[in-house]
Amino acid sequence: MNLKEKLVSSFMAFEDTVDVHSSVHDIRTEAIKTFEAEGFPTKRQEEWKYTSLNSILKHDYSVFPKHENDLEFKDVKKYFIHDIDAYKIIFIDGKYASHLSQTTHDGLDVCLMSSALTKPKYKMIIDNYFNKIAGKDSLSSLNTAFSYEGAYINIPKNKVVEKPIQIIHFSTGNEAATMLQPRNLIIVNENAHVQIIERHQSLTDNPVLTNSVTEIFANKRAIVDYYKIQNDRQSATLIDNTFVNQKQESLAKVHTFSFGGKLTRNNLNFYQNGERIDSTMKGVTIIGDKQHVDHNTLVHHIEPNCESHQDYKGIYSDNSTGVFNGKVLVEKLAQKTNAFQANNNILLSDKASINTKPQLEIFADDVKCSHGCTIGQLDESAMFYLRSRGIPEKEAKALLMFAFSNTVLESVKIPEIKQRITKIIADKLGVSTGFDL
Amino acid sequence: MLKINDLHASVEGKAILKGINLEVNAGEVHAIMGPNGSGKSTLASVIAGKEEYDVTQGSIFLDEEDIDELAAEERAHKGIFLSFQYPVEIPGVSVTNFIRTAINETRKAKGLEDMPGKDMLKMIREKSEMLEIDRKFLSRSLNEGFSGGEKKRNEIFQMAMLEPKLAILDETDSGLDIDALRIVANGVNKLKSKDNAVIVITHYQRLLDYIVPDFVHVLHDGKIVKSGTKELAHKLEAQGYDWIKEEVGV
Repeated sequence: MNLKEKLVSSFMAFEDTVDVHSSVHDIRTEAIKTFEAEGFPTKRQEEWKYTSLNSILKHDYSVFPKHENDLEFKDVKKYFIHDIDAYKIIFIDGKYASHLSQTTHDGLDVCLMSSALTKPKYKMIIDNYFNKIAGKDSLSSLNTAFSYEGAYINIPKNKVVEKPIQIIHFSTGNEAATMLQPRNLIIVNENAHVQIIERHQSLTDNPVLTNSVTEIFANKRAIVDYYKIQNDRQSATLIDNTFVNQKQESLAKVHTFSFGGKLTRNNLNFYQNGERIDSTMKGVTIIGDKQHVDHNTLVHHIEPNCESHQDYKGIYSDNSTGVFNGKVLVEKLAQKTNAFQANNNILLSDKASINTKPQLEIFADDVKCSHGCTIGQLDESAMFYLRSRGIPEKEAKALLMFAFSNTVLESVKIPEIKQRITKIIADKLGVSTGFDL
Repeated sequence: MLKINDLHASVEGKAILKGINLEVNAGEVHAIMGPNGSGKSTLASVIAGKEEYDVTQGSIFLDEEDIDELAAEERAHKGIFLSFQYPVEIPGVSVTNFIRTAINETRKAKGLEDMPGKDMLKMIREKSEMLEIDRKFLSRSLNEGFSGGEKKRNEIFQMAMLEPKLAILDETDSGLDIDALRIVANGVNKLKSKDNAVIVITHYQRLLDYIVPDFVHVLHDGKIVKSGTKELAHKLEAQGYDWIKEEVGV
């Protein structure tokens, strides 16, 4: 039985564990039909031309992993941004880990999707928001079909959340191979501010496949600052499907730091439903070995006077491969749109490669849209310049890469995250410290 | 201090230096002049350790040590400094942080601890004042968007911070107006001592009015064809290079 068949047949077993008479379950039932009809994406599809899931799908994944929450904080402390006070929603093999978490209902909801989907007091919110912007593609549908657990965050009007919220999904490798499908719903109401950090981390070398869906609603004048830290083991695959719906004058930023994992696919979609919206997505990708990272972005400019900014930097060594596919769609109504997109890459080896494809579809006539992509090597004259000042080769290389990534790093608003990212980059480049640029 | 014997160097198979002999002692200033394409910048780069150049014959000694096998950074740690003709722009790295990294890497190579932050700041303040460099300038990205004069002044600032034993100034005068030239030359003169040496590479006499050389060498087609004192530079300025070509029969 292949994975698709296994998942489709598992759906019935899943139905035994949930309320099949709820409106949410109607959505799930619809979604499993979509997945059954479409199956996993293949390279024949334009959107997946450069990313193959074949080798990933051949494992016999456990779809409902057993859970033994014997992890202690000290075992996993290093994966937390632990030097700041933060709300925490932590999962182990897909199951909520209360002993590692710090949730709240005091003035805001930082809690569990399983509660939101089942408790009557959330019904109206779920009816209004759940699966309203998630994609209807096969992978998002697969997640929707099994949607049950994840983070549920609801920030009320005018609330400025002082502490960041960390969402971490651990997988223990208790099973030979594990598939996880977290489902997150984040609602940031009018004039509210929130910072969120998301991470998926496996703790052993057993394969794990995560197919995650996150829906983010940034309502009028809301500010959302979202950080994805992707530095997983070589055995881990992440398919991240994130959908951001923005209302007027809201500001949403997503930073994606991709440093590890076997295969990472980021489907990041912004929908601008209002005027004077600002959407920003930035990323730094530094990979090696046979790692693969694919950034697939969409900004849908629907209404006038909005902006979008994309800035993705990639550094590829060894046999690693990257993809950047950035689509900017400007509707006829969306006059005075400012849309910027940049994707700059450095290839450090002859065997590394990057496929970069800007896709601009513009139906309005009074807009400013720019895109640029570059692929290059490390600048030899800059290397000589630095080395002639006494900076050794490895450090000089690292310094140039930090400088290259700096337009992304400098917009990270949480200093502890910036430090952490700098440390991860320094470790990857084999230098003792990050450079305080 | 520096002893170059019969140095031949080529780039991509093309011979550029064809037998250079040069000895520079502590406390001396040497000027190397010569027409375009004579190999002046190549000589500077080869001494500093640029990997693109192959040394095919001869040797370079610094304080009795053959440095031919040393990487550029190791030569820098031993006290060689090259002021670039075309300093490279490095967006994202501020002048201050760059110089801090350079100094601390050099100290690390010598087994020393990082320079304490307040000492570093004090030194930066002193040296930037000496070169009349605006403090704001130091937080800008290295050489990015700098005018020609700012780039050269920044090179000498780095030299002042790194306190090299042997400084090679490659066409430091190009792109400088007369005021900037005076500031830069004053800076170099203040850094001069009986323990260090300077090699000034230039087309023109102009800089040598400020940084007065003990010796002047004329480079032509990869060889030093004539050496003399500062009067030689005056003669070159007045009469050009043709008389030398005739004299040495090239």
